[in-house]
Amino acid sequence: MLIKRRTFLQTGSLATASLLVPKFMKAFEPQQGFVPPGNKTLVVIQFSGGNDGLNTVVPITNDLYFSNRPRIHIPATQAHKLTTDAGLHPALTIAKELYDNGELAIMNSVGYPNPDRSHFRSMDIWHSASESNEYFTTGWLGRYLDEQCKNCTTPTQALEVDDVLSLVLKGEQNKGLALRDPKGLYGVSSGNYFKSLHHAHVHEEETVDYLYKTMSETISSAEYIYRQSQLHPSAAQYPSTKTGKSLKTIASLILSDINTRVYYVSLGSFDTHVNQENQQTKLFTELNDALSVFVKDLKQNRRFNDVMIMTFSEFGRRVKQNASNGTDHGTANNMFFISGGLKKKGILNPLPDLQDLNAGDLKHQVDFKTVYATMLRKWLNADDAAILKKKFQVHDFI
Amino acid sequence: MSNRKRNQHLLWRSGFGPGMQQIQSLDQIHSVDLWKGILQNAGGEPKKLVVAENRLQNLFEGIEGEDAMRQFQKENKAAIAEQVKLMRQSSREDLKKLNHLWLDEMVHSPAQLREKVSFFWHGHFACRVFSAHQQQELLHVIRTHALGNFGELLRAVSKSPAMLAFLNNQQNRKKSPNENFAREVMELFTLGRGHYTEWDVKEAARAFTGWSYDSRSGFVFKQQTHDDGVKKFMGRTGRFTGDDIINILLEQKQTARFITEKIFRFFVHENADPKITAILADEFFKSGYEMKVLLHSIFSSDWFYDNRYMGNRIKSPVEFMAGIRRFVPIQLDNPNSSLVFQQVLGQVLFLPPNVAGWPGGKSWIDSSSLMVRLQLPRIWASKEDFRLQMKGDDDVDMGRSPEEMQAARRAKNFITRAGAADWNWEPVWKNYVDVSRERLYEEIAAHLLQTKSAPGRQVVEPFVDKSSREHYISSTIVQLMSTPEYQVC
Repeated sequence: MLIKRRTFLQTGSLATASLLVPKFMKAFEPQQGFVPPGNKTLVVIQFSGGNDGLNTVVPITNDLYFSNRPRIHIPATQAHKLTTDAGLHPALTIAKELYDNGELAIMNSVGYPNPDRSHFRSMDIWHSASESNEYFTTGWLGRYLDEQCKNCTTPTQALEVDDVLSLVLKGEQNKGLALRDPKGLYGVSSGNYFKSLHHAHVHEEETVDYLYKTMSETISSAEYIYRQSQLHPSAAQYPSTKTGKSLKTIASLILSDINTRVYYVSLGSFDTHVNQENQQTKLFTELNDALSVFVKDLKQNRRFNDVMIMTFSEFGRRVKQNASNGTDHGTANNMFFISGGLKKKGILNPLPDLQDLNAGDLKHQVDFKTVYATMLRKWLNADDAAILKKKFQVHDFI
Repeated sequence: MSNRKRNQHLLWRSGFGPGMQQIQSLDQIHSVDLWKGILQNAGGEPKKLVVAENRLQNLFEGIEGEDAMRQFQKENKAAIAEQVKLMRQSSREDLKKLNHLWLDEMVHSPAQLREKVSFFWHGHFACRVFSAHQQQELLHVIRTHALGNFGELLRAVSKSPAMLAFLNNQQNRKKSPNENFAREVMELFTLGRGHYTEWDVKEAARAFTGWSYDSRSGFVFKQQTHDDGVKKFMGRTGRFTGDDIINILLEQKQTARFITEKIFRFFVHENADPKITAILADEFFKSGYEMKVLLHSIFSSDWFYDNRYMGNRIKSPVEFMAGIRRFVPIQLDNPNSSLVFQQVLGQVLFLPPNVAGWPGGKSWIDSSSLMVRLQLPRIWASKEDFRLQMKGDDDVDMGRSPEEMQAARRAKNFITRAGAADWNWEPVWKNYVDVSRERLYEEIAAHLLQTKSAPGRQVVEPFVDKSSREHYISSTIVQLMSTPEYQVC
């Protein structure tokens, strides 16, 4: 069946561009040149599937590491040496470079009490920032968005570069926007049919009004994001991988005047039960190649001091390898923080204790919620206690 | 409010929306009679949906007694391992089949009420296990008891291998109790948060020790891991077993209140009216938890048709898709496309987000999911290219080799491209043969939308194919399904 599309008269419709610039942005009408420094941005990179932290930051002098992993350890000679005791996965050349420049901080043994080994549940816990026996229906960045977007018209302060929105960006009042690329969402939402519907809708019923509101926000946000992405499109040559494209999109937006403070992107699957080495190397290579261009791009545009890249995974993996040259689900893991604006650099806390295990798994030393609190309070200047529903201690690396 | 709208309200809430064959009768029939018919159609035993066989059961057929069993297991380790492996391997595909089969029931079954209430319990007794066989058995338990007695349903679900596995009761032993099962039985299945103490959880966990299952016969009670000591639970003292705990929980009126409120929020409105639910819970409790008593009180009441309860419930993704397919018979080019949309829209049957089930309401809607919903009818209808990259599900992919995952990803991308469907319009057009061209738009809108206001003809018509009467009907239906109004019922 064919649906004929008619050009819809745009007069008086929602589509006039000036209307689409959100009210609060009027003060920031596009200026020449770059965004002023001090406008901090957080880029979260999620390693989906449970990245093996021990083969990421390798304890190169720990005999227990080698004896637990007779076939899948990374030899000390192949790891990029950071300290006497720690080396990086061979594919992470950019991380080594950043480390040497004092632009990388690594936090070891991050996790939470009573760890859950189901991917879904553990990711839920990381997304919602709950304890493992609590169930929140909102994510920590969604709640950040609620705080940032109390009276705003387009909730674009947090964006996920993906087709589907994760729990982490869903707030009580506001939900972040997910988009694979700005043009795609703009293309869909700028369809005349939806605009006509919106224009004709009379607000009088709560639930359907809510849907119309979401629709019109999507239309205006998509247009806003699309226009912003066209202001200073990144000229750098990014690899044509999924991560390369995502980071290019993010770079173009960071270089624009957009009000986005948080970008969220995922990479996976790190669920390496079988033949771990190939899969982890493949994913780290994709990350490494894209990240190298991204960091260089930001530096060239003098934005690297204001951008924080944070990586995490829902859990680490078992210390002992399994029979299929892989590793099974574990618990605590390391997190990377990459920025030109770090206060403390290098390896922030001791490498994981491989002797004192809990049923074969690492014991967490740092609650991930303290990292979130640090990011919220010290980087994004937000009310961490309100967002995390509790006051956590913060770290001093930023 | 028109008689039709009342009837459609009843059909959307007690089932998955008006069926194509019902459409014409809805102006005339009285909602009381319609409800009688709905109840009648839902009687009888459901046909079991079978996708996976229990290979171990087949293997163990005819072996009598524990000693013989032990002997057999000892001698046939390899054969048993082989069967377990085969079951695990086919589980993923079997779960997909189960998903399709049940969705087909939601669309086609005359027992709409049973399937809808089962769908409610499917979220209430949320369970994420990857054994298709266990899921299949749990679904059958739910569909069998959905309209029966809640106490029986609760007992049967609590003793299902799927739930015992999901809530780790296998690990709940006298020497090292695991409280997960006991906690969720109270928090999610019966009382709700705040109506029990941590002490109650501890003691109930002790009582549930020994509740286990084996792959051969399902539920088994293992005396040797059961703690038969004295427990203090909810103010009572005794050598309680798991069954005693469930009985005590059913004796609490709070259980009736909790279930009634949840039913009200699911079937009527997300804000429960405390006066109404108090009366309902009272009746429900007095009836000894008969579901038909509770459902009848709701669907035959006058307040059910109050303005405040109409046209304001956001359809869940499964309800949304089933509703479209009930109105227009659709043959999906690739049956997996419904699975892809379940995933994109956030509700995959048999994969609830966590023990608490799907939160529902506004949580279904974000900018991405709404835009997909608004495009879905057009994607199905016009064979538009639809490319989305799925987020992987590592719990489901678990243990697959990179090659296997790559193959699965290729298949997924293929699926997303084959999102189109064949709509069987002929019978739909017949519903409108007696309607004048002038009246067509209003008529179709009245059949599809439950909101007070609807997009006017002058708004939608510019986007409708007017080349023939048939095309006009079809494209009006598709365009009206692509509105925010159609997302609610």
